[in-house]
Amino acid sequence: MVVAVMSQPLRRLALSAVFLGAVFLVVALNRGRRDDAGGAAVPPGFSLENVAGAVGIEFSHHGPALDPRIDNIAPLVAALGASVAVGNVNNDGWADLYFTNSRFGFANALYLNRGDGTFADVAREAGVADLNRPGEGVSMGAVWGDYDNDGLEDLLVYKWGYLQLFKNLGGLRFADVTAAAGLRHWMNSNGAVWLDYDRDGLLDLYVTGYFRSDVDFWHLKTTRIMHDSWDFATNGGMNRLFRNLGSGRFEDVTARTGVGSTRWTLAAAAADFNGDGWPDLFLANDYGPEELFVNDSGARFVLTRAGLESDSKSGMSASLGDVLNRGRVDAFVTNISERGYLFQGNNLRLNFLPELGRFQQGAEGVVADAGWAWGAQIGDLDNDGTSELFITNGYVSGDRDKSYWYAMSKVAGANSNVFEDTRNWPAVGTASLSGYERSRVLARHGSEGWVDVGPQVGVTDEYDGRAVALVDLFNRGVLDVVVANQNQPALVYRNTVVPGRHWIAFRLVGSRSNRSAIGAEVTVEAGGIRRLRIVDGGMGFASQNDRRLHVGLGGATRVDRVVIRWPSGARQVLEAPVVDRLHVITEP
Amino acid sequence: MTSAALPRAWARLGEVDPRYLVSFLITLILVVGEARYGILGGYDRLAIALGVCVVTELALARVVGGRGAALQSAYVTGISLALLLKPQTGVLWPFALGAFLAIASKFVLAYRGRHLWNPSNFAIGLLLVIAPGSVAILSHQWGNHLATNVVIWGFGLLIASRVGVLHVTLTYVVCYALLAVARGAIVGTPVVAELAPITGPMYQLFIFFMITDPKTTVGSMRGRVAVAALVAVVEASIRLAADYHVAALSLLYPAPPILALAIVGPIAKAVDLAYCDSFHKPVTHP
Repeated sequence: MVVAVMSQPLRRLALSAVFLGAVFLVVALNRGRRDDAGGAAVPPGFSLENVAGAVGIEFSHHGPALDPRIDNIAPLVAALGASVAVGNVNNDGWADLYFTNSRFGFANALYLNRGDGTFADVAREAGVADLNRPGEGVSMGAVWGDYDNDGLEDLLVYKWGYLQLFKNLGGLRFADVTAAAGLRHWMNSNGAVWLDYDRDGLLDLYVTGYFRSDVDFWHLKTTRIMHDSWDFATNGGMNRLFRNLGSGRFEDVTARTGVGSTRWTLAAAAADFNGDGWPDLFLANDYGPEELFVNDSGARFVLTRAGLESDSKSGMSASLGDVLNRGRVDAFVTNISERGYLFQGNNLRLNFLPELGRFQQGAEGVVADAGWAWGAQIGDLDNDGTSELFITNGYVSGDRDKSYWYAMSKVAGANSNVFEDTRNWPAVGTASLSGYERSRVLARHGSEGWVDVGPQVGVTDEYDGRAVALVDLFNRGVLDVVVANQNQPALVYRNTVVPGRHWIAFRLVGSRSNRSAIGAEVTVEAGGIRRLRIVDGGMGFASQNDRRLHVGLGGATRVDRVVIRWPSGARQVLEAPVVDRLHVITEP
Repeated sequence: MTSAALPRAWARLGEVDPRYLVSFLITLILVVGEARYGILGGYDRLAIALGVCVVTELALARVVGGRGAALQSAYVTGISLALLLKPQTGVLWPFALGAFLAIASKFVLAYRGRHLWNPSNFAIGLLLVIAPGSVAILSHQWGNHLATNVVIWGFGLLIASRVGVLHVTLTYVVCYALLAVARGAIVGTPVVAELAPITGPMYQLFIFFMITDPKTTVGSMRGRVAVAALVAVVEASIRLAADYHVAALSLLYPAPPILALAIVGPIAKAVDLAYCDSFHKPVTHP
C-alpha cells in the first residue's frame, strides 16, 4: 500500500491534507443548506400575485394588548391571533373569508365574495365583527361548520376568552347561540376542529387549549403561566371535546372520551388515519411531542404510539393531505429552525399506520427547515397532479439587528421553576425572534425532489405569517392562497396556472352524514394514480381550507373513477366524471 | 450501609482506572438522557459518531501516531458528539465528519507531540462556526426533573474528585456563578436566567468531559485553576457581547462555553508546553 511506504512526515502531511479537505467538505455541505431559495431548474407551472387590495380585502391584524405584568415578554406571548377560515355563508357557490382580530375594539372581518372578483366586509351587518371586548376576550381563530344541518354554515370562534358559536340565520345574519349551546367556556385556545367523532350525523367540536383556562390575560393573578418544560410540557390548557346532542346543545365529553390533553396544543386536525372508518385526532403540540388519538368506534379515543411520542419538538400546525399520491392521509407539522440555535425541523408524517402501526418521517432539506414555521397547507397549486406545500413563517419581526434568540437560550436551559414564571425571562424589548422570514412554497420537481420555488412564483413577503388557507376564490379551477399575518396585512395570492393542466373538483353535501360532509374522503383515480382528498373541519394553524375538494390532473383529460367515502360509512362511486368541472355530489 | 462502608467504597473507587470512571459517567448521561428524554434523536447518530471515532483512532494511531489506539478517548468523544450535535433533520454528515475531525485533530493540531484541543470541543466548536446552517448544539433541559440533575451532578462531582480534576470543575462553576451575577447586574436581566444554563446537560458534558480533559489541560494545578477561570471570563465576555447584540461575534452565541474553551484552551496549553516544564509532569490520578 502507498501508506506503508510513506515516511512518517509524509504520512502526517497526507493526514493534514485530508484533515483540511474534511474542513472544506463541511463548509461545502453547509453551503448546500442555505435557506436561499435555490429555485427549480424547470420553471414552476404557476405564479402567485398578491391581489388583496385590488379585490377589496384590506384587512390588517392587531395582536392583543395584555396585562402589563408580562410586559417583558409581551411580544412573544401576544404573537398569536391572526387567522383565516374559508366558508360559503350564503350558498352562492363563491368562497367567503373570515379573518380574526385580537385586540379589544378591533373588529373581525367577514369578506363576502361578490362573485365578480371583489369582496365586501359584511361582518358588522352579519353580527360577527365586534367580538373582541373586555370581559369576553379576543379572537384567535374560527371554523365554519353546519352544526345543525340546516344547510347554512355556522361559525365557531375560539378565543383567549369565551368561545362563541354563531348560528347562520340566512340572509347574511348570525345569532350568538353560545350560551344556549352550552359552549360558554373560557379557554385560551388557538385551534378548533369540527368532526363527527361518533358518526351520528351531527358535527361535534374539538377545541384545543394553549394557556391554562384559569389564565385571564387582562387580570393576571400570577405570572407563573408559562410551560413547565421545553420538551415535554403538560401544564397547558386542556383540550375539550363537545358532543353535539342535536338539539342545538353540546355536551362536554372530554373526560369520557379521553382526549383532554394538556400539552399546549396549537393545532388539531381530524381524519381517519388507520382506515377503520372512524375519524381520529392528530394534535400538534408546542413544547412536546405530537399526539394521535385513535377513535375507538366513537366511544372513546386511545392515545396511540405511532412513532410520535419520543420526537419532542414545537408543533405549530397540523395539515393533512395525500402528499405523495399514495391514497393515504399524511400529516405535515411545522416546527422551529434557527441557524446555530435550534433545528427542530418540520415533520412530514407519512402514514403507514395500516401496515406498520406508525408514521414514517419524510421531511428533509427544504421541507424540514422553513425557519420558525407556522401555518402550512398541502395542495396542488399548479394542477400537475402532485402536491405543493405553502408554509408561512416568522415569529416576531422587531429590530433587524437585535435577536432574542440568545436571551431565550438562557431560560431554555433552565429548570421549569425558572421559566414558568414570566418575571424570570429577559425582556424582549424591540428585538426580533426569527423575524422577517420569507414564506416558503415547496414543489416536487422530479429528481430535484422538493424545491423552494417561492421567489420564482412571486412569494417574497417577509410578514409574520400565521394562518394560510387554500381556496378557489374565483371559481377558475385553481387553488388561490390566503395568508393571515400577525399584526400585519392579510395577503390574497391569486394563482395563475400555465395552460394545459386539467383538474376536477367536488362539493359534497351530506344527508345521513353531517351536511357539511366534514370527514368525507374522495379518491380520484386517473392514469393509474390515486389521489385522496378529505373534507376538513379546520386544519393547519388557525385556518380552514375551502371545503370544495380540488384535484389537479396534469395533462390527463380523463378520470377513470372517483370513490367517495362518506362520514356515515356510505361508499359512492362515480365512473368517468368529466374533468375541468366542479361536481356537486349529494350523499345517496 | 455501615459507617465503615462508605470510606471503603470511596477507597475502592480510587482503585478504579479513572478512564473507566469517566466512561461510566458519560455512559450514565447517555443512558439516562436517552431513556427518559430521547436525547439522542436517533441511534444512527450514535452509531456513526462512535463508529467513526473508533475507526479513525485505530487507523491514525497505527498509521501516523505510531502508538496504541486510545479507544477510551474515542469512546468518550463519540458519545459526546452524538449527544451534543443537533443537526438538521435527516442530516448525518456532521456526526461522521465531526467524529473524524475530532480524532484527527489530535494528530494534526499538535504541538511538541501533544494535542491542544479536547477532541470533541474542537469538532463541535468548528462545526458551530463553519456550519451554522446545518448544526446546532444540544439545548435540552432534563425535562423538569431536578432529580436527574442531582444524579448527574452527584456522580459527576464524585468522579471528578477521584479523577483529580474537581478543582477545575469547581473553579469554573464558581467563576461562572459569580460572573452570571455580575452579568445580570450589568445587563439588568434576572440572575436566575443567567445562572440557569449551567443546570442543563450541555454544561454537564462541558464541565465533566471537556474543560477537565487531562490531556489538554495545563500541567500545574494553579495553572489549571487559572485556565478554568479564564474560560469563564471569556465565556462571560461572549455572553455580554450577545446581550448587547454585537453582530460580529454572533457565531459564538449559541454555545459560549464550548467556544470560550476552544479559544482559551489551546492557547493555554501551547504556552504551558512552550514556557513551562509541565509536560514532564503530567496530571496524576489517585
